[in-house]
Amino acid sequence: MLKKISVLGGLDKDRRKESINRLDINAGEVLAVAGPTGSGKTQLISDIEQYADGETPTGREILINDLTVEEYTRDGISRGLVAEVSQKMNFVMDSSVEKFLSRHAKVRSIETPEKKIAEVLRVTNELAGEPVYPADNLTMLSGGQARALMVGDVALISNAPVVLIDEIENAGIDRLRAMEILKGQGKIVLLVTHDPALMLMSDQRVIMKNGGMYRLQQTTPAEKDIMKQLVAFEKDISRLRDYIRRGESIKHHNILKEIISNGKNFITLSA
Amino acid sequence: MRFIIVAGTPSSGKTSAMLHTIRHLQNDGIRVAACKIDCLETGDDERYRRLGIPVAVGLSDYICPDHFYVANLEEIWSWAEQQKAGVVILETAGLCHRCAPAVNGCLTICVIDYLVGIDTPKKIGPMLSTADIVAITKGDIVSQAEREVFRHQVTMLNPDARVIDINGLNGRGSLRLRNEILNHSPLEKISGTALRYPMPAAICSYCAGETIVGSPYQMGNVKKIDFGKAEVC
Ligand SMILES: Nc1nc2c(ncn2[C@@H]2O[C@H](COP(=O)(O)OP(=O)(O)OP(=O)(O)O)[C@@H](O)[C@H]2O)c(=O)[nH]1
Ligand SMILES: [Mg+2]
Repeated sequence: MLKKISVLGGLDKDRRKESINRLDINAGEVLAVAGPTGSGKTQLISDIEQYADGETPTGREILINDLTVEEYTRDGISRGLVAEVSQKMNFVMDSSVEKFLSRHAKVRSIETPEKKIAEVLRVTNELAGEPVYPADNLTMLSGGQARALMVGDVALISNAPVVLIDEIENAGIDRLRAMEILKGQGKIVLLVTHDPALMLMSDQRVIMKNGGMYRLQQTTPAEKDIMKQLVAFEKDISRLRDYIRRGESIKHHNILKEIISNGKNFITLSA
Repeated sequence: MRFIIVAGTPSSGKTSAMLHTIRHLQNDGIRVAACKIDCLETGDDERYRRLGIPVAVGLSDYICPDHFYVANLEEIWSWAEQQKAGVVILETAGLCHRCAPAVNGCLTICVIDYLVGIDTPKKIGPMLSTADIVAITKGDIVSQAEREVFRHQVTMLNPDARVIDINGLNGRGSLRLRNEILNHSPLEKISGTALRYPMPAAICSYCAGETIVGSPYQMGNVKKIDFGKAEVC
């Protein structure tokens, strides 16, 4: 069982020691990786994914359950244990949701596939706005439905202990619930994001700068509150969008007022 | 010299994956040469050349690229030796599913992408089943679930291969490919080594330039469809 991954600091782009010299992530925890484009987010993920042992350009070393990769893999545990869900990913197979899930379950040698598939669909429908049915074609799912199904599948069928969530800002799924589900399955969740709400959904966040791990912040209770405000704010905006798309006129409705008052709350909170 | 054969379906990401891998090798101070075999045209030489390495191109034109490839292995070896290369990367065209480019003693990498569909690995044949390494690209745009099923298919077809995920755009995974190359023992010479699987054959009138359709124009190694099992309407 993978209980903990540790990243031992290496060098930044100027070959200087990076500020954070050890980062521990436990099973059931979410780590957000933040920082501008080119700051080294992909390389950090890459180091974790490849279980770097001082050989990557950063010279970082990964420990698993406090063992070196060599010690850990000696017990016959295979490499490459990161599952991924990203905004760019799609389903490409021409198959029904149910048929495909049962195929995936079979590959994973799951003993009661029917039960598992029902569970995946339940989780998927908890996350997606519009329901996904077993007979739906995979390639016809909306962006939100597909992302929700990917999370459900990664949580329940895939056996990878680490899940990388890459830029699911506008995925149209209940992201907070998605994190809870993945954490509940004892996954280590790595969240690469530019979105403040997502950053604050994590237990801790590492800020990247010039190729190195620059700051490590634990999410405080106050930040969790801000995150909830942000999520509510986003919900309002999406309600407003639906409202406009239905052909309604805003001035006859108090929705805008609500959003503005939510927004004000948020601003005072974070100030 | 380490002789690395990179085969795979067209546009699967062979060059992209190798460019990242070669950069790692260059950082290790290793001299790399690259050769691309294609049919009619390629722009790959330009891409390899940008790394500042010696590059050669072989275009098979009217000859089966697979046969052209095997007939030139010795020459490619000598050319790379003249370039004082420690590693030579030979990228093939990979146009036909019956390609069989693997050679004993050479590290053979089959590059395929997740987009070809879950049942395609079965169709690929010896190019995949005799490879030492199967590198799978474009995982960045295909769901994790499909990737896992796809990888499983690949492992069923070639249980001995090391299967590596590579992102041809940002190079994720290319370090493992570099490690595989470094762990592979150099070859003394390529002359006398054997193909792991026979190449697709054709010695018929069409090989010699025949263009007319019909039995009277066919000579040599001609294989016909067996309609015996076809259903009668
Ligand atoms: N999204 C994505 N695109 C990729 C990846 N790898 C390669 N590509 C793209 O796929 C296309 C083909 O890549 P190449 O590296 O030229 O493929 P190739 O196998 O060398 O092609 P040929 O030599 O012409 O057969 C290019 O547009 C690449 O940018 C990947 O991992 N992800
Ligand atoms: Mg190419």
